[in-house]
This record gives sequence, structure tokens and C-alpha cells, in this order.
Amino acid sequence: MRPSSEAELAEAVAGARGPLLVRGGGTRTLGHAVGEVLETGGLSGVELYEPGALTLVVRAGTPLAEVEAVLAGERQRLAFEVPDLRGLLGREGVSTIGGVVAANASGPRRVQVGAARDACLGARFVDGAGMVVKNGGRVMKNVTGYDLVKLMAGSRGTLGVLTEVSFKVQAIPEAEATLVIEGLGDAAGLAALRAALGSPFDVSGAARHSGRSLVRVEGMAGSVAYRVTQLRARLGGDVTVAEGEESAALWREVRDVVPVRDKPGEIWRIVTLPTAAAEIVAQLEGEALWDWGGGLIWLVLPHGKGADLAAAVAGRGHATRITGQGGPVFPPEAPEVAALVAGLKAKFDPRGILNRGMMG
Amino acid sequence: MDMPAPDLGVIARKARILARLRGILPADAVIDAPEELRVYECDALTAYRCPPLAAVLPRTTDEVSRVLRLCREEGVPVVPRGSGTSLAGGAMPTADSVILGVARMNAVLETDYENRFIRVQAGRTNLSVSGAVEAEGFFYAPDPSSQLACAIAGNIAMNSGGAHCLKYGVTTNNLLGVTLVQMDGTVVTLGGPWGEPAGLDLLGVVCGSEGQLGVVTEAWLRILPKPEGARPVLVGFDSNEVAGACVSDIIKAGILPVAIEFMDRPCIRATEAFARAGYPDCEALLIIEVEGSEAEISEQLARIRQIALAHDPVEFREAADEDQAKRIWLGRKSAFGAMGQINDYMCLDGTIPVSSLPHVLKRIGEMSREFGLDVGNVFHAGDGNMHPLILFNANKPGDLEKCEAFGAEILKLCVEVGGCLTGEHGVGIEKRDLMGVQFSAADMEAQMWVKDVFDPKWLLNPAKVFPLGVSAGRRAG
Repeated sequence: MRPSSEAELAEAVAGARGPLLVRGGGTRTLGHAVGEVLETGGLSGVELYEPGALTLVVRAGTPLAEVEAVLAGERQRLAFEVPDLRGLLGREGVSTIGGVVAANASGPRRVQVGAARDACLGARFVDGAGMVVKNGGRVMKNVTGYDLVKLMAGSRGTLGVLTEVSFKVQAIPEAEATLVIEGLGDAAGLAALRAALGSPFDVSGAARHSGRSLVRVEGMAGSVAYRVTQLRARLGGDVTVAEGEESAALWREVRDVVPVRDKPGEIWRIVTLPTAAAEIVAQLEGEALWDWGGGLIWLVLPHGKGADLAAAVAGRGHATRITGQGGPVFPPEAPEVAALVAGLKAKFDPRGILNRGMMG
Repeated sequence: MDMPAPDLGVIARKARILARLRGILPADAVIDAPEELRVYECDALTAYRCPPLAAVLPRTTDEVSRVLRLCREEGVPVVPRGSGTSLAGGAMPTADSVILGVARMNAVLETDYENRFIRVQAGRTNLSVSGAVEAEGFFYAPDPSSQLACAIAGNIAMNSGGAHCLKYGVTTNNLLGVTLVQMDGTVVTLGGPWGEPAGLDLLGVVCGSEGQLGVVTEAWLRILPKPEGARPVLVGFDSNEVAGACVSDIIKAGILPVAIEFMDRPCIRATEAFARAGYPDCEALLIIEVEGSEAEISEQLARIRQIALAHDPVEFREAADEDQAKRIWLGRKSAFGAMGQINDYMCLDGTIPVSSLPHVLKRIGEMSREFGLDVGNVFHAGDGNMHPLILFNANKPGDLEKCEAFGAEILKLCVEVGGCLTGEHGVGIEKRDLMGVQFSAADMEAQMWVKDVFDPKWLLNPAKVFPLGVSAGRRAG
């Protein structure tokens, strides 16, 4: 099914006789669900864009590339740096903005500006019974009623089908530069990232792979130059500086998990404390791409290491299986949290038809 | 303001309920003497008062859990309270309710500078969170004006903002995790110091739920390295439209000041008479603050100056030193006090799209004449969060009602132009009955489902947020 309006989509959900597989572009889907495919691509287009207020309202099925092009026309962007995971996941297709929100996508800039959830000001969605709900709005400060936008962001279509989302957007800064630090081992290289993030120099990226640590700053030209000088003096190692497009290319690689995505094995996404990042990887002996100063690890492991990994991150984060077959994708929730999740699913999707089983 | 009729059965069982509370809490943690309960009759929305059945002041998560389990067994509504600074009546009790105050839970549990978080008990005040990490060069970003007094628990309940959220976001963007006690006593951890949940973002919906889903006893908060410096400029204009266009141009140019504050003429005059900050007598005044090193501040201010001068301001004043910076902020920080010197006032909190600013200010001016009440506007211009201050005389019969009607019209206008009823104060009881202006029945139903799941008997702060008629079938009373 491919409805062309919110009303049609609501009708389709209300009239569904079995499970539905909600699909934007299918470019970042994790987990497994079966059902009749319900595509959102028919709900496309920008509803409202006010560059002077940094706000964008867009239908959920709009291609991400179209959103980015509209914003680029005013020298603006989505601040949270949406990853393109098609290479990693071996998918084709066109990423939609609704899928970006449903997955709560975020890239390297998360350390500075947060994830999709932090930029998402409002949403409209259709619940599992076909009821249309709106929440939030298009203004930056809004505490009117409960924040269901946060609940929808990252719910991967299991609570409702997004039909429209609104964002706070960001001006593209006039300059960016990346300090490339070589000559440090993993422990020291990750410590350098933490030092950079703990400095007053407003770091917008802190990653490590292939024996190099990367630290990014963005802003006005003079400010970027000043902060590069300050950080270089503090961080040690052999530092070179990449600017402009050269810097941007380094971060596209990190964002899209390029350094490890073609390695043999299963790829796991681990969210943890930066100070635990070196030890977790050393313990499991996998190849790693660290982002968020070590708070995010993309780790390549042989098949069957899930239990070892779960033990290694217990009490200090969690791990999601991104590629490979067999075993759960998402980690289990604590029983009292699982009870709340089950309660919410029963309310928002009483028939249990939306992406059934996708999040475990 | 309607509140549900108290449950007379609960009131009749008062002695037994108090005896049971005393059985599970230390003697000094249970309060029922009428003179001691007076402080809990209201929060900062002082127009409405009601003494609670009792107040309890637990010191641990376990004590909170025992209190909630007991109250659930007894069918007693519980009203959580941080420091009682809510301007929306979020902590206002009913006669059959127990106030659960977290003020005694104010310890710092952990500071971790390498991972950039602090874990605190939720009764700790906002400013003292920054105070705890200041020596290491860090701060906690959300800064509501009540930050000296307000508690993190209340900040989380209301998803509080502040003057600097244009750059740093509001509470939900700086909250990493909580320990939450549900009404049945279950203790649950949502989120954690690493920041991102593996599954549904339950923390995101707890933040801003006005104490209706559970009692937050501990929180992990993100701390940020302090910038090297900050400096404000003051720009005066002879028209609101031009001031609004200037704000828009600054934002469009890609400059992100940490704050853009706006004051209109009535407010400027009132603050001048009160605080003598030396503001120009003009139609609209902007205070714009930027951060960074000296060189970075100069770079940003040069750009702002260029944009502002293109709009022909009546005044452009840069702070040359710390003293001048303080004077620029003085008037803005005195604004509420200055208006309070003139008369009683009601502070509104709607948010509007920045582009609607001139239209909304014009309409507020017209309505001010229709209602015969003066109003001053001071607000966070960068994010459109308005704080119209309506002046009235509490001792003059009918004036409060007229003021509330005027306020309701302004909030309806905010929604009409694409904004919302409340940007940072919360709904509480104050805006409860206006929820239908912004939300459909379905929109509210979906929100209430969340409460159904977390608190099936609707005993936590039940008479807030949703219009009483809308929540009637769910509430016990």
C-alpha cells in the first residue's frame, strides 16, 4: 500500500486485516517484522520552511536528499548529521525523513547538538487503530502537554506511522577544520578525544579509527583558526589539520561507518561511557570505529560473540547488532522497563499490527 | 479555577493514613500541623491555595517508594513538589492529597568530568548543580530565572528552559537519565550516563510530564565545559517590526548567540523607573549575548553590529567591560520585579513563530486597550518564547478574572499563529482548560494513554495538565 495523503494512510491502517510493515525508504531498518508493506513515500513535500526562524515542516515520506537540498538552498542543514547506512546495511533505496526520525538517527555531531529527537519539534502520526494524532509543533520551546515526539523518535514505527515532522534546523557554518592526530595508541588517542570534548572549544566531532584520532571544530573562520591552535597545543601527538571539503570528507566516512563496514564479521553498535571505550574493544579484540569521543563504538566481531559483548557492556551501556544473522538485534530491557514498553504498545497499537516484533 | 471535589473517604481516614505514613518514615518527615502545611498550600501561582492532607519529606528513593505504595493502597492522590516555584500551579495540592516534597534529597551523588555528567538527587537546586562543577570549569546549561531556588525535579517535570536555550537547548536536551518511582512503588531506571536508550525513549516522555508519571528521585545530567567568556550588546529600535527583522537576519546569517532577549516600551519604561539601567526610551530593545574567547566574541559582535546597523537602530551599545555588561543585563533581570512594583501581574508563557512577532505584539496592544489592562512584553526572541506581563489589581473585585480572560486571549492568539500555550512554565492548572485550543480530543487521548500506563489509577498529580472534563473518566475522584 502506498497512500498519498494522511487521511488515506489512516484509512489504510484502520482497515488493515493483518500486520503492517511500515516503510519509509527501508534504508536504515533494523530488526525483523513481517506484514503487508505500507509505504510512506506518497506523503511527500515541504509544508513550511522559515529560514529566519530555523524551522522546517515536512511530510514524512519526503526523501532526505530533497530535504537537504531545500535547506542547502538557504545555507542551512539538519544539525544532527544523518548517516547514510545503505553501504553498511547493504540496502538500496531512498532514505525518507520519517525514517530518519523513526530511527532517531544521529551522526558525529551528536556530541554537540544531540540526535534527531533533539531537533524534532513536532510530529503528526497515525496510531495502530488509524487515529490521527499531533504532538509538539513548530516552535523551539514548547512544553504544552506530554512530549510524544520523543517517544515517536526511535520507536521505529512500532507505536504509530509518522506522517509529518517539524525540525529546528541549523545554519551551515562558514568554516570547519579537523585536527588529525597520529602516533597515539588507542587508549591515549581516546583520552585525547575526551580532553578535546572537555575543553571550552566547542568540539563538534571526536572520532578515532585506523590509528588516527579526529577532532572537528566548526564556526566563523577566525574562531575555527583560534580553536585549532588552542586544541593543537593541548592534545599532543603528531597533528595535521584538514580544512573545508577535506575535513568534511573525513566526517562523512565516520558518519557512514565506512572504515569498518566491509570487514568480515558482524557489526555491533555500542553506546557506552567514553572512559570504557578502549577497554571494551581491547577485551573483545575486535576492529573498531569510535565516535562521540568513545561513547559510540562500531565494532566488528566474529559471529557468536553477542553474549561476551553483552557481558562486557553490562552496567555501562548497551549493544545493538547491526549486521549478521541469528540472535536478537536489540538488547533486552530491564523487566520493569519492558512492562512499561509493553503497556505503551498495547495502547498505541492495540492490535499489535505495526512493525510487529521489530524491536523485540 | 475548578479543582475536583476532594475524596471525603480519604479525608475521613486521615488519622489512619498519617499513622501509616509515620510508620514508614522518620518522625520529622511527616507534616500535618496546619501552620506547617501553609507553605504547601500553593506554589508560585499564589492566586490559588488549598492546604493538603499532609506533606511528606522523604530522604531516599526507598522512602519515596514506600510512601507511593502506601498512598496507592489508600487511594490517596499524591502531588510531587520540588521547590514550589511553578508559575503554573504544578505543585498545587487538593484537600485529599499528600504533598511529596523532594527538597531534602539534594545530594550530589557522582561527578564525572571525563564522561561529562553529574548524578544528583532531584531535590538539588538548579544553580547548585552548576555550583558543584564550577571549580573544574563546567556548568549545567538550562537556566530558568528561578534557578537559585528551583529544583532539578521540577525542571524535569516541566522540561524547563531559560535564557540561554537558543544555543544549549532545554532540560530534555541535557537530561541523560533518571531514577523514577512509579505510583505502585516500582523503582525504574530510564536512560543512563551514556545518553542514548537502546529501545523506546521513555525518558523523553517523562521529561515534561508535570509529575504525573512518577516521582524522579535521582538524575544524570549532562555538564558542559564553560566558554572562555561572554558579552552582551544592547540594540534599541523605534519599531517592533524592525527589531523582529533584525533577530531574523542575525539567525539567518548563521550567528548563534546564546541569548536574544526582547523588551517592549512599557517594559523598558518600567524597568528604567525601577532599576535605572540606562536603557534608551524606545519601542523595542534587544539584548544579544555571544560567547567565546575575546577574539571570537569580537568576530561575532562585528557581524551582529553590521546586521543591526543595516536596520537603523536608535542605539547600539557594546559592553566595554564587565561592569557595562552587568548594566545591560540589569534591566532585563529586573523586569519582573519592576512590573511588580507597578501592580500585581500575571506572567504568560506562550511561544510564537518568530516571524509572527510584529503581528502578535500589535494584537496584544489592541487587546490591552479592549480589556483596559496594561501589559509589558519581555521575551526570549531567538526562540519565540513570550512572557507578556499583564498588570492588574488583586484587591479590585473582578480584576483577576479580567486579567485571566485577557491572558487566555493572548494564548489563543499564540496557538492561532502556529505557536503554543506554554514554552517553559508548563500547563499545571493555569493552562489546563485551554488545552483544547491547541489539541484535538485524539491528541489528548494519546497523551493520556501514557499516564494510563505509568499510573493506571491516576493518583499522581491527577487534576493537572488535562481539562477536568477530559480526564474525568480516568480520575478516581
